[in-house]
Amino acid sequence: MRSMARRGLAIATTLALLAGSAACGADEGSSRGPVPGVTDTEIVVGTHMPLTGPASAGYSKIAPATKAYFDYVNANGGVHGRKISYKIMDDGYNPANTQQVVRQLVLQDKVFAILNGLGTPTHTGVLDFLHSNRVPDLFVASGSRSWDQPDRYPATFGFNPDYTVEGKILANHVKTALPGKKVCFLGQDDDFGRDSLAGVEKVLGADAVVARQTYVTSNTNVAPQIGAFKAAGCEIVMLATVPGFTALSVGTAARLGFSPQWLVSNVGADHPTLARQLGDAAGLLDGMIGVNYLPMQNDTTDPWIQLFTKVNSEHNGDAPFDGNTVYGMAVGYLFVQVLLAAGPDLTRESLVEAVRKGGYQGPGVAPLRFSTTDHSGYGGGRLSRISGGVQSYFGPTYETDEEDGPVNEYSAPPVAPPANGVPTA
Amino acid sequence: MSATRAAAPARRTAAESPRTGRTVPTLLRHLAVAAVAGVVVLAISYQLDSFRNFQLATVAAYLCATAGLTVLTGLCGQLSLGHGALMATGAYTVALCQNAFADRGVTAGGVLVLSLATAVLATVAVGAVVGVAAARLRGPYLAGLTLAVAVVVPALTVTFDGVFNGEQGLAVPVAPAPAALGFYFPYERWQLWVVTAATLLCLVLLANLVRSRYGRAFRAVRDDEVAARLAGIHVARTQVIAFVVSAGSAGLGGALLAMLAQSVSPGAFGLTLSLFLLMAVVIGGLGRLAGAVWGAVLLVALPDLTHTLTDLFTLSPAAAQRLEGNLPLAIFGGTLIVVMIAAPGGVQGLLSRLAGSLRVRWRRRRS
Amino acid sequence: MDRFLFLTLDGLSRGAVYAAFALALVLIWRAGRIVNFAQGAMAVAAAYVAYSVTAATGSYWLGFVAALVAGLLLGAVVDVAVMRLVDHRSPLNPVIVALGLVLLIHAVLGMVYGNEYLPAQTPFSRTALTVGGLAVLSPYDLFVFATVGVVGAALVWIFTRTAIGLRMRAAAFAPEVSRLLGVNVSGMLTLGWALASGVGALAGMLVIPTELGLHPHAMDLVFVSAFTAAVVGGLDSPPGAVVGGLGVGLLLSYVSGYAGGDLIPLAVLALLLAVLLLRPGGLFAPVTARRV
Repeated sequence: MRSMARRGLAIATTLALLAGSAACGADEGSSRGPVPGVTDTEIVVGTHMPLTGPASAGYSKIAPATKAYFDYVNANGGVHGRKISYKIMDDGYNPANTQQVVRQLVLQDKVFAILNGLGTPTHTGVLDFLHSNRVPDLFVASGSRSWDQPDRYPATFGFNPDYTVEGKILANHVKTALPGKKVCFLGQDDDFGRDSLAGVEKVLGADAVVARQTYVTSNTNVAPQIGAFKAAGCEIVMLATVPGFTALSVGTAARLGFSPQWLVSNVGADHPTLARQLGDAAGLLDGMIGVNYLPMQNDTTDPWIQLFTKVNSEHNGDAPFDGNTVYGMAVGYLFVQVLLAAGPDLTRESLVEAVRKGGYQGPGVAPLRFSTTDHSGYGGGRLSRISGGVQSYFGPTYETDEEDGPVNEYSAPPVAPPANGVPTA
Repeated sequence: MSATRAAAPARRTAAESPRTGRTVPTLLRHLAVAAVAGVVVLAISYQLDSFRNFQLATVAAYLCATAGLTVLTGLCGQLSLGHGALMATGAYTVALCQNAFADRGVTAGGVLVLSLATAVLATVAVGAVVGVAAARLRGPYLAGLTLAVAVVVPALTVTFDGVFNGEQGLAVPVAPAPAALGFYFPYERWQLWVVTAATLLCLVLLANLVRSRYGRAFRAVRDDEVAARLAGIHVARTQVIAFVVSAGSAGLGGALLAMLAQSVSPGAFGLTLSLFLLMAVVIGGLGRLAGAVWGAVLLVALPDLTHTLTDLFTLSPAAAQRLEGNLPLAIFGGTLIVVMIAAPGGVQGLLSRLAGSLRVRWRRRRS
Repeated sequence: MDRFLFLTLDGLSRGAVYAAFALALVLIWRAGRIVNFAQGAMAVAAAYVAYSVTAATGSYWLGFVAALVAGLLLGAVVDVAVMRLVDHRSPLNPVIVALGLVLLIHAVLGMVYGNEYLPAQTPFSRTALTVGGLAVLSPYDLFVFATVGVVGAALVWIFTRTAIGLRMRAAAFAPEVSRLLGVNVSGMLTLGWALASGVGALAGMLVIPTELGLHPHAMDLVFVSAFTAAVVGGLDSPPGAVVGGLGVGLLLSYVSGYAGGDLIPLAVLALLLAVLLLRPGGLFAPVTARRV
């Protein structure tokens, strides 16, 4: 009986020792200024990303691309003399891990800001923590509308166009170019699918969609859903799907001898990703219409793509170049723009203020919406079509809002990148 | 501590202690150990930075679940792959309660105790249902059923997204640290205090249960069901009791985790969590509550350690693309295998063996 | 009615693969009383070998054979290099080692091949043949049925008609007696591991092309379904694995076709409860339940 007590004591002491030694190793930062993560020579920024696990496909390439762009900027002198150090933490798309790694970044590594944290369920869980610690939470990688709550989360900003905006733009194409066809919709069973469907219905009307189906990522058989579409005689199928399920849907339809016109939201429409997954069956993707807001990864005439390809080969080990690479570098570019605008006396307040000022133009073809009242990211997009195994833009760029506003053409001309590829104030 | 004592499980000891007079000194001893542990945690909470405080709080929250699983699997011999789901039950109950309180304008810190108690009760109810079914099953069949439970509970949050808000989950509004502690008091330290208080209460109750006649019945059922039955032990009832107790602890653990994260979502309570809990108790040392402590520590520390270890290497971008994330995972998996082969009794088994041989040597030298 | 027929056929063709994978679980359970949680990861590893071989030679069938060989070898290696060193007195120890193996295999595959989806080829077309305007089974589905049927029959033959099969059964059910009678018990166990892992690799080769593609986690969900199937059928019974597999396949298809994919886990739990509460050892459990 006594041994129980003794053992308890022993464990408690060991724990204390363990924790104590950990604490000694943990902190004692040397020349930290009053602003967390910022010194005269360095800015430390962190992110959480799925690098491993079932959800990591594709996404695991984003953060390395962003880091590569920062390395490029650092090699060109940094921002106001400071080099950007990007800490990438793997959360495996598990919200419980996100809690740990984000706290590690903020409380232990003392990052200046969280940049481009990926995923709706993962990032939602840390919103309150980041807010109460006053950490700038920039350019969340998801099209959820949760990031646009300036009153509740004044330092959180989105990046992707939200799913409703995408849905409206795709539906607008159906309305104007494919009128009178039978429209069906397959969406992920969460806010992604719901918000996208809401956008579609705002443009086409609630009863225009004749068959609605959902899928869950834990069940990789979509034959029942696609079979229902075929039975309903759908001519157009709109997809709010992640890449894996876009490829699966297209493949399943082909098996069933069903070939509708596919319209796919941005998240699931990156051609290299889809083609890699379909392998020999990549030809099935021909004719698919997608929506995008960044330069097309295969457009070698685009100056941004030329810049990003160069950065990719110099600083990213020449990793396969796809839409995720472009995405990661575009995030990096925007962050550098914002850092520049925040001025040499960098503080968390000045950074958030700089984003709120808005007016940024970079690689994106659509407008960025940042203002004091709007914290959502890109507010539009341009349609793309796959033809002969090549995905390319067609038609004008559109802009719209997530409410009932019209879908308008956006005519501001695209800008070219600065000569050395680093934005100037 | 005093605030948490109002929680429902406290009544269980009250009802138990008069029955066996000998438990009173045991209870006192356990309370003394808990008090010492509490003071130690209190002391080191001032030595640690906020992140370490949070990690320690997470360890304490997991400890409720691993201790519960130890009672079930280690003492009563029943396998459960569904404890992650039971944690989810507790976590969602706390989220719903706290939101209900917040909606009615009740934001006092004390209501958390009520929410935690409700979470334990809700999980006990779920545990009773699962436990009744589980008592009929053995080995892989029990594993199959509890595995299905582990998958169902997170999926239900998507089916009933009107209540549980689907994949995105719910926020858990929790009151800030008491103003009396001062404006600059780190919130993570306060979290650690609250979680530690609840966990120690849970552990004292469990430790007492283990020493009581229920604990003896658990072990008898584990070692030989037929013999236990001959000795007059109602096997099925004993197994249900073990499952219910274990579920209640897991529910408390989940509830504390939700309180720490201030949010719940199904992704955090998937099958992986259930499997990791099982790994934790076996690696820690099955059959002893001390093993559950090591298990909980490993659950939090091992991912962190492997990450730190991989950070020591500077990798070229090309190598980093491949190794980042994967290398820590490989180290984690490899460690599990090696520990299991080298120390089949887990960490606690290894330690008691070491302690045993040291004691023998010391005695020899004295004689 | 068309819809019902469509869902039935779709369910059966997926169920056949679950059946094959469940057979692998039954094999190793019968050989060593272990539920091999690493079965899925080992099958994926074999499928990656097939991918490399096919990429190098351009032949699907060379890759297919390579996967089977890799599966057999991997099973033997896991037994000799890992499982034999594990203390089996606690039945949980091998389970935990298997889980560690899962993490290790996932990580190594992620390092070597990357965490991206790779295309998985099929030897036959997956386009369904249409009969009277209704899409029925594809040539690939027929291939799956045939393969699963052959494997099932071969296992029955090995265990009931061959000397080695008899020795394997003896070694599993009465290791001490078998050893006295001169049976190489540990060798039989290794053979059991190899066979189970080979069948698992085969199931992986069949199922991965119907999933999202080749990925370190490609078999995670399949494992859960196949384990359910094996439990429903009874882990000691190969026919039980086949019936369980087809049953689970049908259930998944009907539920997601008529009710919605999010209800699948609930339906699986209901199936398990219904079966296990009536027959705690699965549908095909031997009736000699020894209870006091």
